[in-house]
Amino acid sequence: MQKHNAHQPLDQAAQLEQTWRDPPGLPGWFAAINHKSIGKRFIYTTFLFFFLGVAIAGVMRLQLAVPQNSLIGPDLYNQLFTMHGSTMMFLFAVPVMQAMAVYFVPLMIGARSIAFPRLNAFAYWVYLFGGLMLYGAFLLNTGPDAGWFGYVPLAGADYSPGKRVDFWAQMITFTELSALLEAVILITTVFKLRAPGMSLNRIPLFVWSMLVTSFMVVFAMPAVMLGSTALLLDRLVGTHFYNPAEGGDALLWQHLFWFFGHPEVYLIFIPGLGFLSSIIATFARRPIYGYPAMVLSLITTGFLSFGLWVHHMFATNLPELGKSFFTAASMMIAIPSAVQIYCWIATLWTGRLNLKTPLLFALAFFFILVLGGMTGLMLASVPLDLQVHDTYFVVAHLHYVLLGGAIFPLFGAVYYWFPKLTGRLLDERLGRLQFWLFFIGFNVTFFPMHQLGIQGMPRRIYAYAAETGWGPLNFIASCGTLLIVASLACFLANILRSRRSGMAAGDNPWGAGTLEWATASPPPAANFIRLPVVHGQEPLWDMQRHLSEHGQIPSPSYVEGVAANFRQVLATTPLDACPDSRPQFPEPSYWPFLCALATTGLFIGSIFTPWAVVWGSLPVACAMIAWFWPRHVDRVTHAEQEYRSDGA
Amino acid sequence: MAPEMHTVAPAPGKGRHSADSNQALDVSSLPTYAFSHRSLMWWGTFGMMLIEGTVFGLMVFSYFYLASHADVWPMSRYAPDLAWGTLNTAVMIASAFPNHWAKRAAEAQDLRKVRGWLLACMMFSFLFLAIRVLEFRHLNVAWDSNAYGSAVWLLLGLHTVHLITDTVDSLVLTVLMFYEPVGGKSYVDVSENGLYWYFVVFTWLPIYAVIYLVPRWIAS
Repeated sequence: MQKHNAHQPLDQAAQLEQTWRDPPGLPGWFAAINHKSIGKRFIYTTFLFFFLGVAIAGVMRLQLAVPQNSLIGPDLYNQLFTMHGSTMMFLFAVPVMQAMAVYFVPLMIGARSIAFPRLNAFAYWVYLFGGLMLYGAFLLNTGPDAGWFGYVPLAGADYSPGKRVDFWAQMITFTELSALLEAVILITTVFKLRAPGMSLNRIPLFVWSMLVTSFMVVFAMPAVMLGSTALLLDRLVGTHFYNPAEGGDALLWQHLFWFFGHPEVYLIFIPGLGFLSSIIATFARRPIYGYPAMVLSLITTGFLSFGLWVHHMFATNLPELGKSFFTAASMMIAIPSAVQIYCWIATLWTGRLNLKTPLLFALAFFFILVLGGMTGLMLASVPLDLQVHDTYFVVAHLHYVLLGGAIFPLFGAVYYWFPKLTGRLLDERLGRLQFWLFFIGFNVTFFPMHQLGIQGMPRRIYAYAAETGWGPLNFIASCGTLLIVASLACFLANILRSRRSGMAAGDNPWGAGTLEWATASPPPAANFIRLPVVHGQEPLWDMQRHLSEHGQIPSPSYVEGVAANFRQVLATTPLDACPDSRPQFPEPSYWPFLCALATTGLFIGSIFTPWAVVWGSLPVACAMIAWFWPRHVDRVTHAEQEYRSDGA
Repeated sequence: MAPEMHTVAPAPGKGRHSADSNQALDVSSLPTYAFSHRSLMWWGTFGMMLIEGTVFGLMVFSYFYLASHADVWPMSRYAPDLAWGTLNTAVMIASAFPNHWAKRAAEAQDLRKVRGWLLACMMFSFLFLAIRVLEFRHLNVAWDSNAYGSAVWLLLGLHTVHLITDTVDSLVLTVLMFYEPVGGKSYVDVSENGLYWYFVVFTWLPIYAVIYLVPRWIAS
């Protein structure tokens, strides 16, 4: 496909570049809407928060390395573990998956752009400002300190006076607003902007995983937004949702939180499964075995994840029959997970392995996730859960699941797609070093925590007595953290070095089969000079096969008739991806940025006074109307290009 | 491949190697805009309706959760007065008619009718917002009296936010249609705004039942 581009007259490429690129210079930076610019910023920002979260964890491990340590006091420690959990869950794990999708989904489905590009920019800015607000508050000693799931009554006005919890609750509003918008954007992109011929049964598995994730976000995130809004109202205007003295109920918070919180785990995990499917197919040099089973498993996991939330509440006074139901549901999740793992094993077994760093991370997933899954089965049974509830056993379990299920695949994905983003390969030797440091460091840090939990060490304590006997294992865990930090230093060094002087990657350094590898690295502003037409699940491999079998590539192989001189895209039908219409997309604009600023004013203001909701919504409304209002230029283009056919 | 994918031969000299027989998929006859689920805006609106519908559902769940743990419901003993809420329900259902005709006129691209029916919709908007104020005043409980009051106020508040945003959206579109509509795109916007209007009106019916009827059923 890249060869074809070479035959295209240069002026079309130049024309497309001029049409689709973001405005130049610093002012243009704030008006940027290209999904690749926004995606890149989004990815960098999420990793920045990841490093902050790791740094905070490092400080906590230093404090816990020896008994009776006096490095930091209880107040700061409370803020640290809350900041660590909130950063990793709300500012890193979910956003980073959406950020990767913002960059790669349009490329993988052969589209010129993501749907609603301005809304996409707005979602990024809102997320960024929410994160900055939380860290600003933390630096002013107003960091949240009631844990990342902010349980009431501790998080209520009586036990947490001051504004710490309010900043936490409002950070939820920022990040979930951003995540919900991204979900709608991605759903629309996947259903309406796929290349012609990419019917539902040809969508790359990573794109499937992001589609399932987006639907889960739509149904899960509103719960935590509603819950945290009610918490803010309780704290600010004296409502009684969680106040038992006036008929409220503390468990309402737990229900609302975990109705979001358990799907949350899977909406971190499912994109990870998508990364794995991309990596394993490429490095086993064959399509994933059992594509329909894989897709159905993803969807099943998405559904089941909504029936598990009560297993976080086994220590509450819920009916026993209910608990048994949720135990059974929790066990059932093993079925779709196992189907996928067996499909990957079959793929690896029958493929020709190319053991590069991305595949190493993918293989480590099997080891770590299976361990995390085992302890998950243990925790899903009520008696065992009661025994280790609120201990380090849970801490060990959740890190095995989240790092094994999401972070190992994510690192694999970074090594896999970095060449597409920058045009250069990451260094393989540094990559292997990073991998082994991370793999060993991770296990040294978290494996001992299982034992500490069984010995009774509770979560979230800032110090412990020497007589408990927890000292040695804690010391080992803290040593493991040093290995993790060393591994991340390798990662950073690798990124910084390779983006300037790494080996040139070319369009398709790994010989992969999906569309993002059909265009240049980094891709041009319009993604593809010629919009591709798809004839199979792995378009690039299908093309090669067809070429060797029939002496020609399948026809038609590209689209003609989409304008290059203004932002026209090709929309296709949701199921079969037949060409359907040619809508025009918006130009870059400052309004998403300004609108996000106004929204930030409203959100932060409403921490202090309810009137901010009234007055703050005026600038937001003005910015949105200005954003929506068509410019004269657009009117002219529309008038010239407009064409409606009732046939089609 | 679907049969409607017409192909044209490439211009001579365009592709040399194996692409000699390769053909392009010509889409130049496709429309530049389309209504209903063929438009991206429909999908965006649909996504927002799913999200907001989930919020309403969870709020109703919270209401019943709190009710199930209370000895007396409503805790303040007086259910909200029926009159204004019922009147507003009638107004909202009636507003579905001008909305329907505005949507139809937009899909027929009849600018004169679009303007007229949008204006009629705006009348209804201001009417149901005004009655909404009266509804709040006849809830017979304050938000900070007890958990029942908090739940009722938040539920009614959430729906009111939708009434306000829908009014502002429609107002902006009305002004746009009078000022300088951007051809087909504006008609698609009016059509999708009509879809959202239906959502706001029809989600009100279960919320009305929860706020006004449930306390009476539980109490009796």
